[in-house]
Amino acid sequence: MTDIASRLSGAGTNALELRGMSRYFGALAALSDITLTVKPGERRAVLGSNGAGKTTLFNCITGDFLPTTGSIRLFGEDVTTFPAHERIRRGLRRTYQISLLFGGLSVFDNIYLACAGVSRGRFSMLRPRKNDALVAAAEDLIVTVNLAEHRETLVNVLSYGQQRQLEIALALAGAPRFILFDEPAAGLSPTERSDLITILTSLPEHIGYIIIEHDMDVALRVSESVTMMHNGRIFKEGLPQEIEEDPEVQELYLGGGHG
Amino acid sequence: MAVVDHKTFDTNDADKEGVSEPSRTGVYWAVGLILVILPAFTGEFILSDIVSRILVMGMIALSLMFLAGYGGMVSLAQLTIAGVAAYMTAVFGTSAITEISIGLTWWIAVPIAIIIAMIFGTMVGALSVRTEGIYTIMITLAISAAFFFLANQNYDIFNGFSGINQVLPPVFVGVNWGNTIPFYYLCLFLAAVSYALVLYVSRSPFGLALQGIRDNPRRMAALGFNVTAHRIAAYTFASLVAGVGGVLMVWMNTAISPGAVSIAVVIDVLVMAVVGGLGHPVGAFLGAAVFIILETFALDVLETLGLPGERFQLLIGIGFLVIIFWSDDGLLGLWRKWRERSAKRDPLLGDLEGDGK
Repeated sequence: MTDIASRLSGAGTNALELRGMSRYFGALAALSDITLTVKPGERRAVLGSNGAGKTTLFNCITGDFLPTTGSIRLFGEDVTTFPAHERIRRGLRRTYQISLLFGGLSVFDNIYLACAGVSRGRFSMLRPRKNDALVAAAEDLIVTVNLAEHRETLVNVLSYGQQRQLEIALALAGAPRFILFDEPAAGLSPTERSDLITILTSLPEHIGYIIIEHDMDVALRVSESVTMMHNGRIFKEGLPQEIEEDPEVQELYLGGGHG
Repeated sequence: MAVVDHKTFDTNDADKEGVSEPSRTGVYWAVGLILVILPAFTGEFILSDIVSRILVMGMIALSLMFLAGYGGMVSLAQLTIAGVAAYMTAVFGTSAITEISIGLTWWIAVPIAIIIAMIFGTMVGALSVRTEGIYTIMITLAISAAFFFLANQNYDIFNGFSGINQVLPPVFVGVNWGNTIPFYYLCLFLAAVSYALVLYVSRSPFGLALQGIRDNPRRMAALGFNVTAHRIAAYTFASLVAGVGGVLMVWMNTAISPGAVSIAVVIDVLVMAVVGGLGHPVGAFLGAAVFIILETFALDVLETLGLPGERFQLLIGIGFLVIIFWSDDGLLGLWRKWRERSAKRDPLLGDLEGDGK
């Protein structure tokens, strides 16, 4: 399914299609029978309590590990057995809940690496010259994400909020078509939260995403549809408002058990 | 699971900020000048048995430094890869063992030898890069041990225990490169090129990505990098450096035998790289210098002091123990510690204040 024809036939189909996907860790079913469809450009929030399988879902979609059963289609192409880098090169991106950045490198070098990863210059043993396309792409991106003033700062030294910002920047390198955001707002201050909402809502329309977010306020403002997960299964799907008002969801997530 | 953690990046940056650009260039010029005019001051013994050996073994240690320092892959196969190049130079070139040596002229035999070493090194990489830490060490150690026994027992290609002798450096443009001074300059030139090349590649997209993979392979895959392919390519590059070192090694000794690729020497190369420091290419040469100087003179020092000379290995061991004990990155680490102590550090950021001295 890697030939051009099959990829072209993917045009106009769903951005992401999961069919009957399960993932077991030994006897534990971290995910069971997940069937999920996301249209191109659609923005989806995934909600659920701790251990609901949200991050496992992301890890399976990224290719950090393979699903035990089921299939994953990305823009119509079956990528179930593809390694992570092959999926990334097809336009998938992801951010991590706990920032996975290169702390000893400068902000610019981090962004440069992200741009290099999805380009053909990956293996270049020649240092970039002036007017190098990759350097230019990295320069553009650093401005887009408002980190230009910290260009040469070592990432270790950045504030937490700036690190989260950089985490998002890495996902925007190259030509992303579909992004998985894993709790991008966690630990951010109210101002940083509203900045994040601005970044997410001003993404180009063709870029769809799934966002895992505990903060209902953020989640419901940046998404068009909501999937509610519970114990590794999909529990409810619907519009943000429906989910918010659903009594079962309220029972389970918004207050149930907490008084 | 990186063997060398983020310190390496910090080192590079500390170098950038701590030592001002002119003073670093000054050090390069001074060391370069001393090495170039060295033959005017030293005798044949120092030049051929000490300095040239340091340069050759330093190149092999450099190939390990590249993999371990930038890639987090401690390969014990680098001396063996050099050994493959050495043996192949003997097999494809000329030697006293005419039944084995094909007798090609050196400028054909040497490239063939280096290419075979690079193919061999790439295969070693392909076998070992999916493992981490101690398992990489075990796999590459097993390959080295296997190669030693193969060379020791095979008489068709490797001439068994006695190896292949009379593998002489070429006479080229009217110079006999086997003579002490020309051979020294040949080693110096190739060592300097290797050093510069490693330093250059470390800041290229390939080298940056390799360091990214060392620190965070999972994230690098999620940025679109093929981690496995990248690591294998690093082995190929390191094998080029080791291969050139191997050709010099066989010319230096004018022979190659299993003893030169034994596990003892494999460990020596590891000791050189670690004692020198894995944070910067210069560490490989510093380590080789300390090792070879200690190895050569420890016996004399002990006897001068009236102690039994046969205990010289003990003195070497203590020397290394002291370095490893006091430093987190060999001699480079000691140097950094000393500089940090003499420079004021911002307690919060860890930056050197001012242009540290």
